[in-house]
Amino acid sequence: MRGADYVIKRAGFAVMTVFVAITINFFLFRVIPGSAVSNMARVPRATSALRHSLEVQFGLDKPKWEQYVIYLKELFHGNMGISFTDRQPVTSNLRTALANTIPMVTLGTLVAILLGTLTGVLSAWRRGTRLDQVSTNIAIAFYAFPTQWLALVLLIYLSGVLPSHGMTNNYLVDPTWWEHVKDVLAHMTLPSLTLALTLYGEYTLVVRSAMLETLGEDYVLTARAKGLSQRAVVIRHALRNAMLPTVTLVALSLGYVVAGAILIETVFSWPGIGNAVYKAVSERDYPMLQGAFLVLTVSVVFFNLVADLLYFKLDPRITE
Amino acid sequence: MGVRPDMVEELGAPESQPELGRQRNWLWAVVAGSRQAKVGLAVLAFFIILAILAPWIEPYDIHTRVGPVYAPPSLKHPLGLDDGGIDMVSLLIQGGRLSLIVGFAAALVAMVIGGGVGILAGYFGGSTDVVLMRITDYFLVIPDLPLAIIVAAVWGASLTHLIFVIALLLWTTTARIVRAQVKSVRERVYVKRARSIGAGDFRIIFRHVLPQIGPLLIANTVLTVAVAIFDETALSFLGLGDPTAITWGSIIEFAFLRTAISSGAWWAVIPAGLCVALVIMGCYWFGQAIEDALNPRLRVSYLSPRTFRLRPLAARDGAS
Repeated sequence: MRGADYVIKRAGFAVMTVFVAITINFFLFRVIPGSAVSNMARVPRATSALRHSLEVQFGLDKPKWEQYVIYLKELFHGNMGISFTDRQPVTSNLRTALANTIPMVTLGTLVAILLGTLTGVLSAWRRGTRLDQVSTNIAIAFYAFPTQWLALVLLIYLSGVLPSHGMTNNYLVDPTWWEHVKDVLAHMTLPSLTLALTLYGEYTLVVRSAMLETLGEDYVLTARAKGLSQRAVVIRHALRNAMLPTVTLVALSLGYVVAGAILIETVFSWPGIGNAVYKAVSERDYPMLQGAFLVLTVSVVFFNLVADLLYFKLDPRITE
Repeated sequence: MGVRPDMVEELGAPESQPELGRQRNWLWAVVAGSRQAKVGLAVLAFFIILAILAPWIEPYDIHTRVGPVYAPPSLKHPLGLDDGGIDMVSLLIQGGRLSLIVGFAAALVAMVIGGGVGILAGYFGGSTDVVLMRITDYFLVIPDLPLAIIVAAVWGASLTHLIFVIALLLWTTTARIVRAQVKSVRERVYVKRARSIGAGDFRIIFRHVLPQIGPLLIANTVLTVAVAIFDETALSFLGLGDPTAITWGSIIEFAFLRTAISSGAWWAVIPAGLCVALVIMGCYWFGQAIEDALNPRLRVSYLSPRTFRLRPLAARDGAS
């Protein structure tokens, strides 16, 4: 089979990246002097007995390497510790949060991809015209707006029209399944729209330049020379090839989708993983913060791997 | 309209002109030759001059209350007042000062780290290259903002920490781009000649390689400034900036936390975000213009994904 090597290599890289992230995670919180956990044992007027019992409770009396091994082992079993704030296991907290984030982020990203591809292709097709200039400059502007700022602007102008806070309407009495879905969708509109707008600018620029590159290729010239229609040239010959770099770039932008989710969920109080990060930061809930970082990293690494493999499948020229 | 014939010609732009890094006053040539560069530079210059002159041109003191809370814009206060009755114009000027300092300082640190890693990896090759690029690859995939959040949360909030946290995230793209360029410079005739007459690695790097990659490094740094300012607003918004410092990011944060939205005080939010967006667009136009001058092929699309990197997109080795 073509490239079993390649698949193993990429998967190996993904696993290693996750491992590096775990290690960073461990060392940041435990090894740096004066870090979070050792601060916990430094309560004012703490007796040495209290300090010792705290140290034992958190396993700080053990040597660092042993702590690291324990950390890895527990992580492997899905144990990320107990949240400082609500005393619930971090893993179950994060599972709920992730389940709330995924639909919102997916909707926003899909809208952005559709919109971005459309405007990107149009800009490239009508390159150098007024339409191209206007569309490109709008895209740059949306790309430059700070995410949280865009969310706040939407909030100012649309908060009367659409629900602006949380995920469900708590005053809905015994909603049917359909009413519930409608309610959640209405709450999802503003956060998803914000994400879509911030990503749209980026995708437009990416698709546009990928299209321009393919439009200059010899096979496009050949297609035109054969007398194919404009439409066929642009859609069948140029766009299909332009989708190749686009797939990679969209996947690479996932790191940004994650960052965007943190800011957007904070503004709209969407009870997802981004909001969990914000709350963990403001309440200094380190186990939650650590867990959330890990989950976000693993998901970005995973989608990068998917994109790599997809690219490999789409482009038969890759033989590495 | 389809593919314009002139595009094919542009693709084959002549390579006979001397490389940019070997010309005297290359920066001047770039600015003189591109409207985009002029606009970008003008925007940046405007904000930099405003930041330098801040103490003299601020219409009001930023610590004195001059009117009612969230007073709307008036003749005396063209952008209204904030939640403490402080003049917004003065706040924006002061905020721009610190935002620009954070942006430029972080970009400089990132330039030194990224440039250093890129030169070492590209120049020495072999196992140095493999090790350094592996590290870079890991950092490239781990999502920026979550990593910045945990580092900032563990280190504590201060302006210096903010600068280093941002720099720590942004050096990777620079390292990759510089490495690719150095690899090709290393093989040029004049480097080989210099080596054959006994020049050491140190001398070759500083006398022959560095001037060559100068323009590229500067283009990259300008683009990094944009990312750094963007990240500053995000981190400040999450409460990880210096709580006593006024930056554009903290202005947006305070407006969000102190009910500017529900009070309908758009003037407390919108101008700050627009300033951020303008600076980012200025950096983008200017940096892009240098890149275009470096690589005439890119002129086909005056916006190319290669350096399109507010979010980490530019992982491709452009020049190898």
